Formats: sequence, C-alpha cells, structure tokens
Amino acid sequence: MRILLIEDDPQAARYITRGLREAGHVLVVANNGADGLSMASDEEYDVLIIDRMLPSMDGLSIVQSLREQDNHAPVLILSALGDLEDRVSGLRAGGDDYLPKPFAFEELLARVEALGRRPNQGNVTTHLTVADLKMDILGRKVQRADKPIVLQPREFRLLEYLMRHSGQVVTRTMLLENVWDYHFDPQTNVIDVHVSRLRAKIDRDFEEPLLYTVRGAGYMLREPE
Amino acid sequence: MNRSNFLASSTFRLTLLYVVLFTVSVLLLFSFIYWSSVRYMAIQSDAAIRTEIQALAERYESRGVPGLRRLILDRITRQQPTGSSLYLLSDPLGRPIVGNISRWPQVAPKDGWFNFNLDTSDRDEPGLHPARARRFQLTGGFQLLVGQDIHELKSAQRRIITALSWGVILTVLLGLAGGFFISRKMLTRLEVINETSQRIIAGELDQRVPMSSRQDEFDRLSSNLNQMLDQIQELMDGIRQVSDNIAHDLKTPLFRLRQKLESLTSGTSPDPAASLNLQDALAEADRLLNLFNALLRIARLESESARTIKRSLPLSDLVRDVAELYEPLSDEKHQHLSVNVQTPVAILADRDMLFQALANLVDNAVKYTPEGGYIWLTVTAEASSGVVTVCDSGPGIAPAEREKVFQRFYRADVSRSTPGNGLGLSLVRAVVHLHNGKLALLDNDPGLCIQVALPRILNDLKP
Repeated sequence: MRILLIEDDPQAARYITRGLREAGHVLVVANNGADGLSMASDEEYDVLIIDRMLPSMDGLSIVQSLREQDNHAPVLILSALGDLEDRVSGLRAGGDDYLPKPFAFEELLARVEALGRRPNQGNVTTHLTVADLKMDILGRKVQRADKPIVLQPREFRLLEYLMRHSGQVVTRTMLLENVWDYHFDPQTNVIDVHVSRLRAKIDRDFEEPLLYTVRGAGYMLREPE
Repeated sequence: MNRSNFLASSTFRLTLLYVVLFTVSVLLLFSFIYWSSVRYMAIQSDAAIRTEIQALAERYESRGVPGLRRLILDRITRQQPTGSSLYLLSDPLGRPIVGNISRWPQVAPKDGWFNFNLDTSDRDEPGLHPARARRFQLTGGFQLLVGQDIHELKSAQRRIITALSWGVILTVLLGLAGGFFISRKMLTRLEVINETSQRIIAGELDQRVPMSSRQDEFDRLSSNLNQMLDQIQELMDGIRQVSDNIAHDLKTPLFRLRQKLESLTSGTSPDPAASLNLQDALAEADRLLNLFNALLRIARLESESARTIKRSLPLSDLVRDVAELYEPLSDEKHQHLSVNVQTPVAILADRDMLFQALANLVDNAVKYTPEGGYIWLTVTAEASSGVVTVCDSGPGIAPAEREKVFQRFYRADVSRSTPGNGLGLSLVRAVVHLHNGKLALLDNDPGLCIQVALPRILNDLKP
C-alpha cells in the first residue's frame, strides 16, 4: 500500500516508517502539516496516518480540508491525547480511525491494514468465505466443510469481523471497538475467552485451524498454509 | 442540632456564665439600692422626730404644760385616724398627761432612742407594729416622748425587697432567654460552616461556606475558610498537575524503550532464552505503560467537569453488555453471573466511560469470587437515580478498608496475589463522580455489593 505519514517527531516517524516498510508498504513522510496537506491533495494514497499535534497546521484541520476537497482517503489519526473526547472530535472531523499514543506497532499495523482494505461503500457483501468456512451474513448462517455451526449473536459478529479482515492481524482493542462497540481498556483479557470459545466452535472438529493467535498482537483468521 | 448538643455548646455555656455574672452584679446593685433607700427612710423618719421634738420643746418653753398639751392634742386629732406619729407627755412622776400611747415603752433606750413594738389592738389595723421614739427631758421634770409607728416604713421596705426580687428573677429569665436566642443564632451560623466542612470532608471539594452581607466576624471566618480552601485546591491541582506531568514525561521515554525492545524481538534471534527474556521485558514495559495510561486517565477524569459528552442511555443495555462480555470469563470459573433488571431506567452518561467503570466492577467481582460463586447485577430505579448493584459471593471487604479501596494503588490484603494495578476502583470512583453519581460499598454477607447510583432522566418515557 502507499501510505502518507504526517508526523513531526522524527523519532516516531522513523519508528513507524521502518516498521511499515518492513511489512511491505510504501511510505512517504511529511514532517509538518502544511506540506502534508499539499502532498495528500496532490497524490493518491491508500492510507493517511496523521499526527494530531503538528506545527503549522494541526491534524484535525488537515483532515477537514481533505474532506472538503472531496478526498476520501482513509485517515488514521495518531494522538497523545487518548481520551474519549479527543477521539470523538477526531472521528467527527472526518478521521476513519483513531489511535492514542503510545501504541504497540502491531496495533498500528493492524489498523492501517484494516483501513487500507476497507471495502468500498456501495458494494454490499452478503457472503464471506475463508477456506472451507462460509458465512451467510443475511441468513445468519455459518458452515464449515458443509457442516452447520451454531453461533451466539456476539460470536457471529466476532467471526464476521475476523472474516472481513481475513489474512490480517486484528488486535483485541480493534475487536472491542468493532464487535462490542466500546472504547475501553479491559483489566483482564476478556476478549481471549470469547475468541477461544469461537475457536472451539469453528476449529475444534476440523483438521486445519483457521483462527490463529499472533503473539504480542492479536488474532488472525486465514487460510491454512 | 439536637438538645444535648445545644446545651453542650460553648456559646451556651458562655451565655450561662454571663447570666450568672450579670445576676450577681444586679443583686449587688439592688442590695445597694435597698440599703441606701432604707437608710434614707430611717434618717428621714428620725429627722422628722427630732424636728417635732424641737417644735414641741419650743411650745413648752413659751406656753408651758397646758400649751404643749393642747398642741399635742391638736396634732393627734389632726392625724386621726391613721397617723403614724406617736406622742406621750408625762409628769415628773412618770404619769401620762396626754398622748396617743398609754405608757412608756418597756425597753431600755439606746442613745435616747426606743425601738419597741406598739400594741395597736385599739386601732383599725390591729397587731404589733414596730415603732421608734425619742425621749426628751423638759425642764421641770416633765418628759416628752415623740415617735413614729414605722410599720409603714417596714412594709415599704418589704415592697422594695419584693420589687427587687422580681427584678432579679426577671433578669435571670431574660438573660437565659436572651442567651438561648443568641446561642441558637450563633449555632445556626456555625452549623452552616460545619455542614459545609462536612460536605468538603465527604469529597465535595468545590463547596464553599456561604457568606452574608453583614461583614461580621462570622463572615470574616467564612471568608478565611474559603480562601484556605481555595489555596488547598490550588495546591492539590498543582500536585495533580505535577504527577500528571511526571506520568506524561515518563511515558515518552518508556514508550521509546518499548519501541527498541519491539524492534529487537522482530529481528532474528538465535538464542531462544534471550528472545524469551525480551518478550518478558516487552510485557513488563506494556504493563508500565498501561499503568501510566490508567493514572493519566484518572487524573484527567478527576480534573474534568461535567462538560464531557453525555447522552441518554438505557442503563440496562449497558449492564447487559458488560455481563455478556464477562460471561465467558465467569463461566470458566464456574461462577453464576446473572442480570436482573427490575425497572428499565435511562440515565445521562458517557457510554464508554460508564462501560469502563461497570466493566472494572464486574472484572473485580469475577476475580475475587471463588469458583462456583455467584455474581448478581441488578438494575433498579430510585426517585432521582438509576442504580446498578454489583454483588458477589466473594470474600468481601472489611468495613475498615472500604474507604481505602478507592485510593490509587491501594490493594486489600486478600487481593495482593491477584493480578491488577490497584487503580480499577479509583477509576470507577472518578467516573461516578464525573457523572454526579454516588458510589457505595455494602455488605452482601458473605461477599460485597458495590452500588453505583447515577442521575436518571425523568422524562425518559417521552419519544
């Protein structure tokens, strides 16, 4: 993916750039807001990563200007202000996702990739398939190798999210935000228990597992190698 | 304020002392008034007697016994029937010639004065009347006695005593009533200050003592207290700011450290032991970062006012979501987690923050309740609030520790072995305060109930 990073802190920029390049992405970096805005307007990028606090022009204004120019490139806002209010104002300004600093690199990578593969609006998916696992979203039915699997509503939504992002790392925070729709920090890893329950239903009776745990990052649903 | 409280108040005791002092001085003053008026009356009466003797002696000198006798008779007649003057003229042998008493008093004179009791059975006011008289030796052996029935004088003295006694009683009564009134008034104003202090102790740090427009000493006291509170608040804000800054400033280098560790782990590591250590170091760094984040979040919540975005929420939905999230976790411990919504109630809250607070409570309940235990989540509605009660059948919290569990980093003895950072309940408290709610720890016998009451929206039934 072509990614534009607008970040004034050179150390943070280096860290993000190196990591994303290692993950196989093309990185372009702007170290202030004005440059960043002109670069984002001139060329097309798959994802924009914008630091909220920037010299010359703050991150939220950049997002607002881009949206006014009818530029709908997915934007991930980075901010040291991790509070809810800031998150809400960030998303209201037109950001697609919001990541409070500091963050684990896996979290950033997972979110950037999720943003980059966000399905185009208008294309409504009704069926999802990963290997022999099939989901009928409208019919609320799941089957693997033609065997029906009965899921609780929350398990269904969890699996749907994982299938939509198959082949991608999905972090626990992303699951909480997207499946449960709450932004909060669980004291214990409640998500793990939900995932292992789901895993018991979709993987236990089958030879090849589909749902993997990515150490230090989260989970990934993918086709067996 | 109750009665014993009032009687024990120092204002009342002061007033009492004041009343006693005042009564003593009134008594002294009245005694002096009594003494001087009695003395004046006695002097007046004696002077009248002397003047009368003088006048009678002069008459005797000029007109002799007959003239004196006529004058005495005249005097007696004129003052009939109630006169108080006493006359007796006797010849050299002591036989009475004229007078309104029958005989000489049977007492020994002192300095020429007789103090005796007069038998007044023949007069219209019978009984023994006190009397005072003086003897005068006329030339030729005649003796003259002039005196006064001082019965009137004595009763006047008694009336003065009665009047003064009433005065003393009234003084005491008025003094007590006044003291009562004044101390009440004082206590009422002090009570306002006390109540405010109580509220501040209870945690409402933004409370201030109300002031009147009189600018009196109470207002000066209130104003001083308020200034003191402002200063304390400033200091506290300062401390919070400093710890906030420390957490913030430590966070960045810690984060960089984490980044370095992270980049090391992603590289190829030939030594599996080293890579395991790196993983541990990374986990430790994450734990520290989470701690700092939690601290900063609490600090921000505490300094925030009610300006946070709040919207109307059905409390039961939130509680069901929390229960749903934690159900598998409690299931693993074979605990029975149940939700009981008695009354659906809407509250004004920030959804994510409240979820975080409730999740922390349920998280604790799951953590501390033994295997096979029970956890109950109950939603009830009160007149002005929606209440969530999280009860468990765990070990509970000793009453002495209840206030402490909300302090940052505090961990009850029973919880030392369980994972956690000691910030969970501090965060709950910060969130509840921010929502103008109330937090209470109750006994579940055995176990603990934590009750969160949040202001409810009363017109929640409207579309």
